[in-house]
Amino acid sequence: MSLTTDLSQTAAGSTGKAAGKATRKHGRPAGSPTEAQTPRRRTRQRRERIFQWLFLVPAVVYMALFFGYPVVKNVVMSFQDYTTATFFTGEAPWVGLANYVTVLSSSLFSTSLLNTALFTVGSILGQFVIGLALAIFFQRKFPLNGILRSLLLLPWLLPLIVSSAVWRWILDKDSGALNRFLGDLGVINTGVPWLTSTSLALIAVVGVNIWIGIPFNLTILYGGLQEIPDELYEAGSLDGATGWKAFRHITWPMLRPVVSVVLVLGVVYTLKVLDIILGLTNGGPANSTQTIATQSYDLSFHEFKFGEGAALGNVLVIISLVFAVLYLRASRRAVDE
Amino acid sequence: MKSAQRTTRRPLALAVAALVGLPLALSACGTSPAASSSEAVKEISVMDYYNNEPDKSFIGDALTKCGTQAGVTIKRETVPGKSLISKVLQQSSSKTLPDVLMLDNPDLQQIAATGALAPLSDFKISTDNFAEGVLSAGTDKDKVYGLAPTVNTIALFYNKDILDKAGVTPPTTWDELKAASAKLTAGDQYGLAFNANPTYEGTWQFLPVMWSNGGDEKKIDTKETEQALQLWTDLVKSGSVSSSALNWTQADVKDQFMAGKAAMMVNGPWQIPALDKQPTLQYGVVKIPVREAGQTSVAPLGGEVWTVPQTGNKARQAKAAEVVACLNSDENQMAMAKVRNTIPSKTTLAEKFATENPKLATFTELIKTARARTGELGADWPAQATKIYTAIQTALTGNASPADALKQAQGQ
Repeated sequence: MSLTTDLSQTAAGSTGKAAGKATRKHGRPAGSPTEAQTPRRRTRQRRERIFQWLFLVPAVVYMALFFGYPVVKNVVMSFQDYTTATFFTGEAPWVGLANYVTVLSSSLFSTSLLNTALFTVGSILGQFVIGLALAIFFQRKFPLNGILRSLLLLPWLLPLIVSSAVWRWILDKDSGALNRFLGDLGVINTGVPWLTSTSLALIAVVGVNIWIGIPFNLTILYGGLQEIPDELYEAGSLDGATGWKAFRHITWPMLRPVVSVVLVLGVVYTLKVLDIILGLTNGGPANSTQTIATQSYDLSFHEFKFGEGAALGNVLVIISLVFAVLYLRASRRAVDE
Repeated sequence: MKSAQRTTRRPLALAVAALVGLPLALSACGTSPAASSSEAVKEISVMDYYNNEPDKSFIGDALTKCGTQAGVTIKRETVPGKSLISKVLQQSSSKTLPDVLMLDNPDLQQIAATGALAPLSDFKISTDNFAEGVLSAGTDKDKVYGLAPTVNTIALFYNKDILDKAGVTPPTTWDELKAASAKLTAGDQYGLAFNANPTYEGTWQFLPVMWSNGGDEKKIDTKETEQALQLWTDLVKSGSVSSSALNWTQADVKDQFMAGKAAMMVNGPWQIPALDKQPTLQYGVVKIPVREAGQTSVAPLGGEVWTVPQTGNKARQAKAAEVVACLNSDENQMAMAKVRNTIPSKTTLAEKFATENPKLATFTELIKTARARTGELGADWPAQATKIYTAIQTALTGNASPADALKQAQGQ
């Protein structure tokens, strides 16, 4: 609530200024205090207020249509027996919590939940640590720094379907580039079944997701590092804080707000990853890379159990919400401080 | 003051106009051009998923010809195969289905059960002479909703040169298949390649061994299905088939075969154009082996059916039905089968086609006994197909024995 009033006030302020400018053009002096009290001026202010609200309407309509509607629809759907027939007849009987019971009690749910957790934690850890290390590395001045940094953005620019197709080929057991490379180095004798072994597939998928996520982490963290004033390091070095000590006592505390943004956005983003897993393994072998996101997709779009798919989707939304709330609380505290 | 008032009022009026217009603009997206039934139908819309060459042109030409015959122009839309069903569902909820709709045959019952399709008997389209499996693929609750001009199935391709060199003859039984695959596996080369990935494709490739041995999709934890899954497991475990099969698509399988990395493969006739582009590759096609000599090789039926959706406009539906009937005419079946390396779905045409196209003789023979995936289960097929590929993956990765994997999957 406070957010909206803030918004309207700032909006009122800026448009008031604009109106002032406009009247000045017509040779009238800018609003003097006495004039502001006249009833005419007041109606004009009210009109401006309505006008300002009207500017908000497109945004509100947009949010309601493309954000509110799908979310509400998904919640409603999860309490219905929603089938392919529903699309044509519009009939979807209410089934209460049946979809949630089916989904949560299925033997696959615990596997998916565990995989989702491992996938998210593994990906975030890898992306963040490598991203931060690279960001710090690129702070130094050396030739080709800029070019190398832009090259590192490449994984981010590729469509995910392309990345996963290329990685699927690289990780192939028999003719994959990675196994060829390791074989030539003499590290392995037989092909490693990266994507077809139940114990390796999840690790391989996490690895690819780390590769895809590094540019995002690198970019944001690099930006955060640039914000830290050089003087701090100079002062720190006088006190003997260099290298690891400088990182521990200057870089890390100063970077904390950026770190929390990167981590929370990363978690929410990773929880719902779909394309990479579908492209690499389709959730296999034997469900070893099945996550809540892929299982929900399968239920809805392959088995046509839209109600169950929606229920599982909502479970994922709730998990994401927990992190979103954590993030909002953390950022509010940062602002308060 | 006047001018100032005007400046505020004008944008206000504009904003109001925009707000009033917005819902109109939004609703306009959803409505189809309303044509009254009394008007002569000049154009009908068609949707299919042949979005790649050469099929795109072959089907397009056939549609254009049939349109001309029916006195209408064809407005055709091709969408990628994966997005067809979601598009159909969207259109059926907004009542904007095309006049003629193509569906992959295992999806037909799913859509027909919604009431979105018109029974072809409404338009007096003849279903005489169609192979039994083809008709059952297009049937939901005793009514025929879709007809496939041509169909396909899968068989065993073998590399003639590799088999000759090893002195191996194409296998006809499971024991022969195992022995041949083991003998043909050496170095970089595997004896056999098939696809066992966790999608309906993996299920589809497993069906021939399951069905030929008497397995049934309604109940998969049976002795017959277990034996079939044991065969697949043995082939992978012994190393005759790469464990990459767990992740391959049928296109990957074809690539392995073409690169000489697999001596034999399970695949369909739609790969023939690609195989023929490599003239050094000499290949033959036989039925997928059965457990014991004397069993009938039962293959799954593939191919797309053409339907007439319930659009509510009788005149357009009648024209659409004319186009569907025309696509299924004898002449069109023969022509399409020839250019697309598929099999005419009328049994009366199949014999003639086999003699004219000996390369497809094995497939033509298989179509006679081929079964539709949805023949028994109808709209329940997707759930059961998921169980089948889950069991295959569980057994092939060694997470459970074939018997346990099937039991687990059936109970899911």
